[in-house]
Amino acid sequence: MKKHVRLVQSKCERVNKEILRYSAISAEMEINMGVKNRMSGNEAVAHAIRQINPDVMPAFPITPSTEIPQFVSNMIANGEVDTEFIPVESEHSAMSAAMGSEAAGARTITATSSCGLALMWEVLYVAASSRLPLTMTVVNRGLTGPLNINAEHSDSMGARDSGWLQIYAENNQEVYDNLLQAYRIAEHKDVLLPIMICQDGFITSHAVENIELEEDEPIKAFVGKYEPEHYLLKAGETMAMGPYATSPYCMEAKRAQAQTMMNAKKVILDVAEEYAAITGRKYGFFEEYRLKDAAFALVAIGSACGTIKDAVDDLRKHGVKAGLLKVRVFRPFPGEEMARALSHVKAVAIMDRCESYSCNGGPLGSELMAAMYRNKNKAEAINIVYGLSGRDITVNDVKDVFERLKTIAQEGVKDTQYTYLGLRE
Amino acid sequence: MALKAKQINETTKWQDLTEGLQIYEPATSKLFETGEWRTQTPEFYEDKCKQCLLCVPYCPDSCIPVVEGQRRAFDLMHCKGCGICEKACPFGAIKMREGK
Repeated sequence: MKKHVRLVQSKCERVNKEILRYSAISAEMEINMGVKNRMSGNEAVAHAIRQINPDVMPAFPITPSTEIPQFVSNMIANGEVDTEFIPVESEHSAMSAAMGSEAAGARTITATSSCGLALMWEVLYVAASSRLPLTMTVVNRGLTGPLNINAEHSDSMGARDSGWLQIYAENNQEVYDNLLQAYRIAEHKDVLLPIMICQDGFITSHAVENIELEEDEPIKAFVGKYEPEHYLLKAGETMAMGPYATSPYCMEAKRAQAQTMMNAKKVILDVAEEYAAITGRKYGFFEEYRLKDAAFALVAIGSACGTIKDAVDDLRKHGVKAGLLKVRVFRPFPGEEMARALSHVKAVAIMDRCESYSCNGGPLGSELMAAMYRNKNKAEAINIVYGLSGRDITVNDVKDVFERLKTIAQEGVKDTQYTYLGLRE
Repeated sequence: MALKAKQINETTKWQDLTEGLQIYEPATSKLFETGEWRTQTPEFYEDKCKQCLLCVPYCPDSCIPVVEGQRRAFDLMHCKGCGICEKACPFGAIKMREGK
């Protein structure tokens, strides 16, 4: 018996030694190669917030973004960040406090979803017109009703005309990368606009995926310090923000604000290039997936693009020239660039995870079709509403859309240009 | 270089406005003519005035200047014609008349 125990003990020691050796190797690898990890989209956002270490975070919990303020609160309690967390009584207060702290000169972040974003509505416009470069991580969820908590873009799409920059992510890696670039874009002197960093509720916010994280020091150097030229708590500064503007001034003020959105295009590309130099991960206004020689293309935003890529790969194996244009930047809207990227396709399906009740299609469909028309793009185009309130979209659903595109390319659009995908009827 | 509040007027182009119409000087409200909102105008009868200065703190727009302990003529650039001063005056030295 004793002999047996000794044998087990020695085996255990050997295993322990192996574990120690492997963990030493992996620690070394992490230092040298950036950090490979696995986490959910919300964890990835929280990790990016830890690295950015913003000055202030006012936030109110709402599914599915609740974890973000929760994780940040933990990090504050553990002394990992010195962010000032403001527990507020509503999202209207969260956005108001965010505006106040950003105006005071503090780098500010907040997080929300769905109806929380809707409750911020009034203040969203004021944050943009006051030119306050605060960041909001939006975990996209449909607006009620019917009451539902799942992925849809109606929340941030509803705010598409509020003057905020909007960047969308396909997966947790992208939401992490987008958030790290957010302040560099928003705080640029030619932009100075608030920015929404969006990801799909539950599908990416709660699903755990592999991710490549960057080390703290290069990221802190990349993000840099927030040094606004004017802010309310600046010593010796006498300034007023958000003054009443009579009608002889409002149009000029709005035109000036529109210019900053136009300026953001160059800044977004410049920042992406600088980010790629550090991380090796490249971003633009959109991703062209097997699009260069595609005859049929889908245009979509967010997590569905992963599914569409699988369908494209399958179809390519069978000789179908399928491709995808994945929209990353929705505000400013890269209409001309997208129309150009689609100039050679025969037929395109523009996918909206949002119903805008306009009788004219979803927001992406309406805006992209207008851009295609203006840029004299000859492709046949249809607009498809899909995945509302978290409805799954499958590889076979996507293949059906490509089948439709093949017919449309030959016969033109016969049915209505705006339809639902996977609808029982 | 941002324009001074004094330089901004109804001919200013959008390119020349400050970011978010921010104002980088104090007390620029003095430059803004709010007296044009007036539909009634106070008239000051100096012969009836006892310089009790009761009208001064009642004026919600600080439109009654006081120099060396004496009230002077109304600041009509900012007076909105509310008529409170007329009611505050015990000596009938202020009368409201219709119009600007």
